[in-house]
Amino acid sequence: MTNKESLVTQALLYLDGVSVSFDGYRAINNLSLYLAKGEMRAVIGPNGAGKTTMMDIVTGKTRPDTGDILFDSGRHDLTQLDETAIAELGIGRKFQKPTVFEMHSVADNILLALKGPRSPFASLFGWRNNVEREKIDAILETCGLAALRERPAGEISHGQKQWLEIGMLLAQDPAILLVDEPVAGMTDAETVQTADLLREINKTHSVVVVEHDMAFVKALDCKVTCLHEGSVLAEGTLDQVAGDQRVIEVYLGR
Amino acid sequence: MITKAFFSRFDRLAFWFVIVMIAIAIFVPLSNLLLPTTSVFHVPTYLVALMGKYLCYAILAISLDLVWGYCGILSLGHGAFFALGGYAMGMYLMRQIGTRGVYSHPILPDFMVFLNWKELPWFWHGFDMFWFTAVMILLVPGLLAFTFGWFAFRSRVTGVYLSIITQAMTYALLLAFFRNDMGFGGNNGLTDFKEILGFNIQAQGTRAALFFLTALSLIIVFVISRWMVSTAYGKVLIAVRDAESRTRFLGYRVEHFKLLVFTVSAAMAGLAGALYVPQVGIINPSEFSPANSIEAVIWVAVGGRGTLVGAAIGAVAVNFLKSVFTTGALAPYWLFALGGLFVVVTLLLPRGILGAFNDLLAKIRNRKNESSGVSGKLQAAE
Repeated sequence: MTNKESLVTQALLYLDGVSVSFDGYRAINNLSLYLAKGEMRAVIGPNGAGKTTMMDIVTGKTRPDTGDILFDSGRHDLTQLDETAIAELGIGRKFQKPTVFEMHSVADNILLALKGPRSPFASLFGWRNNVEREKIDAILETCGLAALRERPAGEISHGQKQWLEIGMLLAQDPAILLVDEPVAGMTDAETVQTADLLREINKTHSVVVVEHDMAFVKALDCKVTCLHEGSVLAEGTLDQVAGDQRVIEVYLGR
Repeated sequence: MITKAFFSRFDRLAFWFVIVMIAIAIFVPLSNLLLPTTSVFHVPTYLVALMGKYLCYAILAISLDLVWGYCGILSLGHGAFFALGGYAMGMYLMRQIGTRGVYSHPILPDFMVFLNWKELPWFWHGFDMFWFTAVMILLVPGLLAFTFGWFAFRSRVTGVYLSIITQAMTYALLLAFFRNDMGFGGNNGLTDFKEILGFNIQAQGTRAALFFLTALSLIIVFVISRWMVSTAYGKVLIAVRDAESRTRFLGYRVEHFKLLVFTVSAAMAGLAGALYVPQVGIINPSEFSPANSIEAVIWVAVGGRGTLVGAAIGAVAVNFLKSVFTTGALAPYWLFALGGLFVVVTLLLPRGILGAFNDLLAKIRNRKNESSGVSGKLQAAE
């Protein structure tokens, strides 16, 4: 018990014994995962291993059937909160398919994401109507989109949308960034840039990255968790995980 | 400072819309009252009333565009808010009749005497005062929208399901208001109005004043809507329309945003209904009919949704067509024409009249750019 307590208090994000089923199919099966503050974690695993479902559960999109999900040294029980409340606590998410506000300009996408009061009245009368240009430009600079400032987000390339969404996460300034397949559909050069960007972000934020691209995971140079059939199959450095016989069998070997 | 923020965000189209509306608001009543009937610039009284009616519809269209065009809430029940505002005004006008009714009862409206009612139902109290009525015109539709929205948006009812329940709402009200024992005049509704604020409701001067107030209300409603959508709040509305769950994951409480815009929009629709009733002289349950709400959606679609100005233009244009059609030999074909119009607009002008106009402008500008050597490829690709 004391062991559990110390785990809880050390972890920024704490998942223990989490299970969820959809129509009898166990998408997540007794999953336990601990993320320390400031950590970067790569989550790999075959299709259907429950990677995206794990993110859905953490962000409140899906409710777990059983298990604990605690945030910030056990201060918040995420299973009791909805998406908005969880986002407000400081858990930001990037979707697998880049989801930006296509009709808004790139700059407005960042503006809407910026950390600050988000009530309807605050949006009507509040500071978000008078945000300094520099604040937005700084973020656009970081994710390499400064030149596209005024372009509608629907018109930029797929890779640029991925970066914009990461930029929106940055603007949100969350404690944890959950990033789902950030380099899907990117060129090799873009993939390298994205890894650099995420490592830069990791200096000030905790990051969880779900990815299939092993070269990218290698470039992230962080602890790796391999999921299989809804639970953790192996955890450790990339070399340890990649050398694991079971991981090779279910994932890498195929 | 607020006014400065106002105008810095005001785009050119909105600016010209307001200018034109101000000109109409001043010119039409003055020409009706001051110019001799022989003058070519004289606007006859029947036309003043007719145009006043169009402007009420334009207000309704703007209120609908605010929720549909910007927030993606396709309300097929906005006619209900319009009718409720209309009934509130109708109740005030009924109480102003006094002893001039057929039964000369000092307090009870004719239909209540006819039904052998002995005293005024509780919800008719207060409607003899204009200020109270004015509050109710905004409050009643607003409150209904708030309650309805509270449950619907919290339960995350969206898309076609939401549209269907808004339709059910207006239909339920239609059936309820048809009943005599509801106390709103049943099938016949409220009519035979005599005066408003002490002025004869039929008088030319009153009609001109009502027109002016309607035009003024349209301007106010437009400016408020325009301001709302130009703030960060409006940007969040568009974000909700295009990617609702993304907006939630950013930390916005989407249901609160929807609730506010839905409530404000309903109050605006109520105002439109209240201005409509004294100008047409009657309010009855048919105003709740689902077809009315659907027609309002067509106005917005025809004008161009998500533009506000387009909604107003669409409402006036479609209703002008309706007036032309339904007064001549073509009358039996009006519904075919309306349906056909909707099909044509959906297929050929998916962004409405205003959208097509903007595309045309962009194309012309594009051609200019190309000829002056600047690459216009990006715009052409749109």
